[in-house]
Amino acid sequence: MKHDKSISRLGAEALRGMYRRMLEIRTLEDKVRYLFLEGKMPGTIHQYVGMEACAVGVCSALKETDVIASTHRPNGHALAKGLSLESILAELYGKSSGCCKGKGGAMHLADADKGMLPAVAVVAANMPITAGVALAFKLRGEKRTAVSFFGDGASNNGAFHEALNLAAVLELPVVFVCENNHYAASTSIRRTVRIENIADRAGAYGLPGIIADGMDVLDVYEKAAAAIERARSGGGASLLELKTFRYCGHSRRDPNNYMDRAEVEEWKSRDAIPAFEKLLIEAEVLDRNGAQAIAAEVDQHVDRAIVQAQEDPEPKAQDTFSDLYVTMEVPR
Amino acid sequence: MKLSIAEALRKGIRDEMERDPRVFCIGEDIGIPGGYGGAFTVTLGLEKDFRDRIIDTPISETGIFGAACGAAMMGMRPIADVQYGDFLFCAMDQIANQIAKTRYMSGGQYTLPLVMRAPVGATGRGAQHAQSLEPFFLSLPGIKVVAPATAYDALGLLRAAVRDEDPVLMFEHKLLYGSKGPRQETGVLDASSEIPDEDYVVPIGRAVVRREGADVTVVAHLLMMHHSLAAATQLEAEGISCEVIDPRSLWPLDTDRILNSVRKTGRVVIVEESPKQWGVGAEIAAQIAEAVPDCLLAPIRRVAAPNTPAPFSPVMETFYVPQPQRIAEQIRSLVQEY
Repeated sequence: MKHDKSISRLGAEALRGMYRRMLEIRTLEDKVRYLFLEGKMPGTIHQYVGMEACAVGVCSALKETDVIASTHRPNGHALAKGLSLESILAELYGKSSGCCKGKGGAMHLADADKGMLPAVAVVAANMPITAGVALAFKLRGEKRTAVSFFGDGASNNGAFHEALNLAAVLELPVVFVCENNHYAASTSIRRTVRIENIADRAGAYGLPGIIADGMDVLDVYEKAAAAIERARSGGGASLLELKTFRYCGHSRRDPNNYMDRAEVEEWKSRDAIPAFEKLLIEAEVLDRNGAQAIAAEVDQHVDRAIVQAQEDPEPKAQDTFSDLYVTMEVPR
Repeated sequence: MKLSIAEALRKGIRDEMERDPRVFCIGEDIGIPGGYGGAFTVTLGLEKDFRDRIIDTPISETGIFGAACGAAMMGMRPIADVQYGDFLFCAMDQIANQIAKTRYMSGGQYTLPLVMRAPVGATGRGAQHAQSLEPFFLSLPGIKVVAPATAYDALGLLRAAVRDEDPVLMFEHKLLYGSKGPRQETGVLDASSEIPDEDYVVPIGRAVVRREGADVTVVAHLLMMHHSLAAATQLEAEGISCEVIDPRSLWPLDTDRILNSVRKTGRVVIVEESPKQWGVGAEIAAQIAEAVPDCLLAPIRRVAAPNTPAPFSPVMETFYVPQPQRIAEQIRSLVQEY
């Protein structure tokens, strides 16, 4: 059976947890989209629909003490690293109960206790930061791993080059995870690179470059686990490319008219969630009723979290002044 | 013991690394055996005692400041440096969008106790190794900015910066380091100090009155502080009494000390090596004008570099950087007119 080793290694409870996480991401994103389009949610949105297997596959291979860095599209990573729906939704609404007290917003979700750095909304900029996280682990001799999530667009930015090279020469415990969803905003990867695989760039830095099917959560898990274990055991950095796709627009009201409809349909036909559900049913980890029950629970949970976020109190305008410096006091 | 700024910073970094295992240095050419110890010898030889914590990098300013940012978030205390302050622009996203904003955006969850060091000043190298960059970084909430003009302050502010919980950017002047050997500069000034044995700090945010006076308040930092003191000595012989204030910290700025002096003298000259446009002098002048308009006997005067890049030609560069003579002329004419 496909993935039988991972299935027995992870066990039924963890597998059902992964399935639930993927559904949480999909359900959250579907509901957030309508809240935003109806004008009920402030700010902007960058959604993760279609890419659920990437965040869940990678984060399932991490320990709670490991640290991830995310992007302007952080909802999937945040849920996969263990942030609560409540703290995420409250942040999207700009409430003081949000994970960043309403100071971060949709592109900067963070939770220090869960090991999620403030998501970085400048493309590729989280990569050298993640190298620095790994440097701290290495200097202290801690067996922890840092993971940077970024997109195919980031691989054309200078920070990608500096971070991969620095991580290679300093032998840092970091995994650079390129979620290749084939579009940088509206621009197809066919217009921006002349190679087939972003992973091929790893060779230029003397790093291993690995490719996983980003629509297969256990393939992502297996390849991420190997790269994470390599980092943890002193083997250094790697570049892991996940071939994936976002079914939605880049942001806000983007109707993604620049995508070929046949291309979208072809990726949707390989949707990671029903595929994983089918696998879990075949493996007798889940049955159809169990799957439906999880979906119903997730749906209700997201709805409750939305209502709570809407009802949570607004921050005070004066809160603008807090959290910038630890102190500006001058000792006299 | 008498130390130059380069020696004082080296001592400070060594002491802090011995005291605190979280402190490390990251930069280019900072710990190569047989190399320079950074562009101005500050870290010379430290790699012998701290092999793992003097981290030489490829030429990757974004990488250096990004790595410092990430390590600081994990509780380390990085000291990141560039060879020339001008190269801070290569790392500008990491400094301006990441380091300065991360604590705030996270609602205070992450703190970034890191030090950034950058040499400034026009020193015969042309426009890309010359800038006094203070105004760029002073318009950036989220970092603190210090600028020591003496070895005593360099050591005291370095200790304060390393022990501070927030990001601190330290500007150092190439002509004040007192670097020796192949990295020695021409046209240097002696900024060395007698260094006490005790573990003193110079608190960030506290200015110092370098010279007391009654007729005019002169605010100047780094090289301009030394040039202003020279101008003040010259003017003393003419019966003009200058009070020279060295802010030492530009943000937070010790506004109280400056205002107290202005209340006494009623006249202000602000001297800086940056171009005059939107400069340090503009901000300090605005703060004075807002706070104590009734105390002013004369318009506030700024002495600064022209609104051009730094030229190479020694003739033009000497014209570009405010010299003691030019500072003295400006002070003299202000006092004579008002």
